[in-house]
Amino acid sequence: MSTSKVRWAAVTGHSLFWPVVALLALLTANTIYRPGFLSVEMKDGHLYGSLIDILRLAAPLILVGLGMTLVIATGGIDLSVGSMCAISGAIACLHISQQPDQNALGGVLVALALGVGLSLVLGAWNGALVSIIGIQPIIATLILMVAGRGLAQLITEGQIITINSEPYKAVGVGYLLTLPISIFIAVGVALVVAAVTRRTALGMIIESVGGNAEASRLAGIRSARITFLVYVISAVCAGIAGFMVTANVSSADGNAAGLWIELDAILAVVIGGTSLAGGRFSLGGTILGALLIQTLTTTVYAMNISPQTALLFKAVVVIAVCLIQAPAFRAKFARRGPAAPAAPLAADQPKEQVPA
Amino acid sequence: MTTTSLTPTRDWWRIPQRYVPVLATLTLLLVMYAVGVSQYRAFSNVQVIFNVFIDNGFLLVVAVGMTFVILTGGIDLSVGSVVAMTAMMSASLLQGGMDPAAVLVIALLVGPTLGFLMGCVIHFFEIQPFIVTLAGMFFARGMCTFISKSSIPITDPFWTSMAQERIGDPRGNFVSISVLIAFVVVVVGAFVLAYTRLGRNVYALGGNQQSALLMGLPVGQTKIAVYAISGLCSAIGGILLSFYTLSGAPLIAVGMELDVIAAVVIGGTVLTGGSGYVFGTVLGVLVLGVIRTLITFDGSLNSWWTKIVIGGLLFAFILLQRLIGIRKK
Amino acid sequence: MSGRQPVLTMTAISKSFPGVRALDGVDFRLFPGEVHALMGENGAGKSTLIKVLTGVYGNDAGVISLAGQQVSFSGPMQAAAAGVSTVYQEVNLCANLSVAENIFIGREPRTLGAIRWGEMRRRARDLLARLDLHIDVTQLLGTYSLAVQQMVAIARAIDIQARVLILDEPTSSLDATEVEQLFRIMRHLRDEGIAIIFVTHFLDQVYGIADRITVLRNGRLVGEYPTAELPQLALVEKMIGKELDVLESLDEHAKRDAREIEAGTPFLQAEELGRKGSVTPFSLTIHAGEVVGLAGLLGSGRTEVARLLFGADRADHGKVAVDGKSAPLRNPIAAIGHDIAFCSENRRTEGLVGELSVRENIILAMQAARGWLRPIPRRRQDELVDKYVKALSIRPADPEIPVRNLSGGNQQKVLLARWLITEPRLLILDEPTRGIDVGAKAEIQKLVVQLSDGGMAVLFISAELEEVLRLSHKIAVMRDRQLVTELVNDHTVDADRVMQTIASGTHHEGPEVA
Repeated sequence: MSTSKVRWAAVTGHSLFWPVVALLALLTANTIYRPGFLSVEMKDGHLYGSLIDILRLAAPLILVGLGMTLVIATGGIDLSVGSMCAISGAIACLHISQQPDQNALGGVLVALALGVGLSLVLGAWNGALVSIIGIQPIIATLILMVAGRGLAQLITEGQIITINSEPYKAVGVGYLLTLPISIFIAVGVALVVAAVTRRTALGMIIESVGGNAEASRLAGIRSARITFLVYVISAVCAGIAGFMVTANVSSADGNAAGLWIELDAILAVVIGGTSLAGGRFSLGGTILGALLIQTLTTTVYAMNISPQTALLFKAVVVIAVCLIQAPAFRAKFARRGPAAPAAPLAADQPKEQVPA
Repeated sequence: MTTTSLTPTRDWWRIPQRYVPVLATLTLLLVMYAVGVSQYRAFSNVQVIFNVFIDNGFLLVVAVGMTFVILTGGIDLSVGSVVAMTAMMSASLLQGGMDPAAVLVIALLVGPTLGFLMGCVIHFFEIQPFIVTLAGMFFARGMCTFISKSSIPITDPFWTSMAQERIGDPRGNFVSISVLIAFVVVVVGAFVLAYTRLGRNVYALGGNQQSALLMGLPVGQTKIAVYAISGLCSAIGGILLSFYTLSGAPLIAVGMELDVIAAVVIGGTVLTGGSGYVFGTVLGVLVLGVIRTLITFDGSLNSWWTKIVIGGLLFAFILLQRLIGIRKK
Repeated sequence: MSGRQPVLTMTAISKSFPGVRALDGVDFRLFPGEVHALMGENGAGKSTLIKVLTGVYGNDAGVISLAGQQVSFSGPMQAAAAGVSTVYQEVNLCANLSVAENIFIGREPRTLGAIRWGEMRRRARDLLARLDLHIDVTQLLGTYSLAVQQMVAIARAIDIQARVLILDEPTSSLDATEVEQLFRIMRHLRDEGIAIIFVTHFLDQVYGIADRITVLRNGRLVGEYPTAELPQLALVEKMIGKELDVLESLDEHAKRDAREIEAGTPFLQAEELGRKGSVTPFSLTIHAGEVVGLAGLLGSGRTEVARLLFGADRADHGKVAVDGKSAPLRNPIAAIGHDIAFCSENRRTEGLVGELSVRENIILAMQAARGWLRPIPRRRQDELVDKYVKALSIRPADPEIPVRNLSGGNQQKVLLARWLITEPRLLILDEPTRGIDVGAKAEIQKLVVQLSDGGMAVLFISAELEEVLRLSHKIAVMRDRQLVTELVNDHTVDADRVMQTIASGTHHEGPEVA
């Protein structure tokens, strides 16, 4: 094999190759359909354009996706993030709506603190069910997925709480230094999560627990604590996303806020190259996945297709991505591609397969 | 390690452990009913119970299909969307003037076909059921709006007659045809699970897939079959729903999969598979229905309490399953 | 036996996997109405032979004949249909189904597609009665003990008109009375004319039930013997063999002097430590700088001892003291806190995290001990990793590649490096040289000597007696889940002596044979 071929194989074999290709294809399609798509213009000191919109609208999904990435890396899943969005948005909006001056920064900060605090509690609940009681993650978080919507409605008493608070609204649609504030928040949280996982040993230990739980236990890792922690992080990320979702529309709707965001988040994580079985995770990949999903949604809107029909495309993407990642699928079609570089292992395996 | 004795270990006052969850649900149902009767005079009316069946007939049918899937240790998130898609498609075809019989046949074919395809992907490519049926859910929901963005009314005489037919005393206590259909589905489902090889293979698969393979059972066929069955039940549920609402709406039955899963789990079926009964699922659906009825009767409680209570029950039953699981070891 | 026709003959069976010849021209004969023990150590080829017989693997060469007909099964199902049924070590039935169903599932009596439950239960009761087992067949299988489950598995196997019944380590999780129940049934079936292949690691059981024994070693046939004509010692010798080929480094450490070490203060003292169903309570003392070898056949409880000392399994009996102070080793974290390290024999499932890089795998235990909030600085990581990649000559020397891409020997070194950087005072090595090449093996052996010279205590577990003899100051001998005796490895101890002890289970002064 020549070097260029090797290099090409390394590029196409990279887990983010196909997502990047898909994203570029979507952007190209949009540009052809609407030549002004890529243009970004300055109005009133703000940048406007489809690309900026995509970034702004993708922010909540990126946040939820970041937390979900860590949960999935441990081999778990968090179905309750959508409900968490609704709950944190609801409690924040409720608090603001009860203030005499909804524009007072102090009240808004308290509201945000309440939302994050409640998310911490709910995250701890999920974490306890999974790590202490030992219930399967998908089942444990299903409980809060069902009951959480009810809790959110309980907080809003079934109403859609409408607020008129500029500082809160800014979380969703405000601008800072020409860019939407939500982008800064998403980038900020991403940097924090990246720092917490990659500047400390947390990331490696999460990957170790997700990659091989028994080996991790025998290496002396306290995996219950790690598992607990990731559900708390996921809940806090979802809580912050809940602020954005509700701030975007200046109202909290216990039913609609964050609806199906858990599914989009899982999808973003999977597209981003983190395996649902756990192990190695990629925060950058998840962000890319979230952007891809949002671009797809925006594209569908732009082409005047109903947003619900966009689900058809999502279905295709989900299946395509999962098939590409599935070992069984790869094995069935492996003969066409170059051989996987796992040859040294193959020599080792049979020796361990023949214990008499 | 278990004991060395030849006699099985029995406790729980000699009630076999496999019946504990179902009995717990039955007790819960009776207690809830007793509370309802003691609090509200009208609750003791037999029609209240009939109405629970009438309002939840389609849920019951879908839950029977879900029971099959969960018994194998899988999950089917697509049911709500498939229900909506079936209703939408029937409404749209009827609007186009197609013969009702042909519409029924087509509507009953699409759901199982989608289920079959999902089962194939799950089995052949070893992708988690969760993800595959999630894609199925997106697909079916997308199809709904693809058919129409707004709700389509149904005026077909066969459909309206099915919707309005009252069985029993039309002025006194009655049930709808949907309830009878739901009962037939329940009985067939229970029979298949208890008396056919397919049904027993479903249990074996949920108990231990590796063992099922080594015992020579058709694991792949069974796996594909349960998703097809769930698709069929969703299709029947969709038709019942279109009888009930006389329309097809693109956003109907959103989140229904959660109600269905909750009903199956509250009915005592273990989410990891291998243990549970269709009878339990019937009880689970009734518990959900009675909670809604109680909250309606109360008037001061709001509908969101339904979700919170269902979530609480889900927690209680999952915890019960977990405790029984630990006791076994 | 010569007057009868064998029901099964396997002639010149060979089977290779990439890089290893699992079976090399093995012959095997089985007569009707006999219990035939198939014996051999790890890698001898027992499992492969059975898998070739039942069609799990195809054979590269050789012929299988069943009742005079040449056969080649496509899988266990087809084999069972032809009368060759297998009952595995782990009960492969469904605990959530009733006993009757477990026997008949897939072959239920039916009318018009509906299962006739009454008849199924009746037939199940009759069948179990034939095995002298009278239980309620409507109960879930999971409510019965493992022994009963094992017998139900046998009932399922023989209902398919079995001529050959393969019992693959059926007794490994049964206690003495359960084993006796199982034997009763085996004798019963034998008397009915069924031929039974019995795979086990328990010598007593072989002599308790087997009529004949076939011994395999390293994929080759050692021989076929009537049980009565093969003393236990001879059997052990034939199983273990005498591999005196890798002896270059033996001289300098030929007999390691244990006296001064034994005089020092003990590092770890286990008193009557045990776990029900896993290992009988044992006592063992390990001194600083001492290499304690753990000898015994596969399945004799060697690994179980190691796991208890590391807290990987929790002991339900006895106590442990470290440095003379009581130290309950409830979990691995507790053991690591007492500077104990453990390299599992299952590198891939219990040792390494395949996806992570060599570097990450090496620092994992040290990092775990520090907690995730105090990451090891990258420079320090690189120093440590570099040092050990060089010291242990891990190949390839790139610490950033996933560890799953390394060969077995290099993976083993990575696992060793993980624990060495934590500077343990007791290193438990479970089969560290299994499945790795000769060069890496010698390196690991040298390393053990170096470490113990540096004052580290080592518990060394190996199936290879020569290796244990070469490295150990003291040898603890395991047999049938019991630590039977400790031998100080002086000039009086050699492979024969250890084998005798394994074979007889008692401490012999002279070279007498049991």
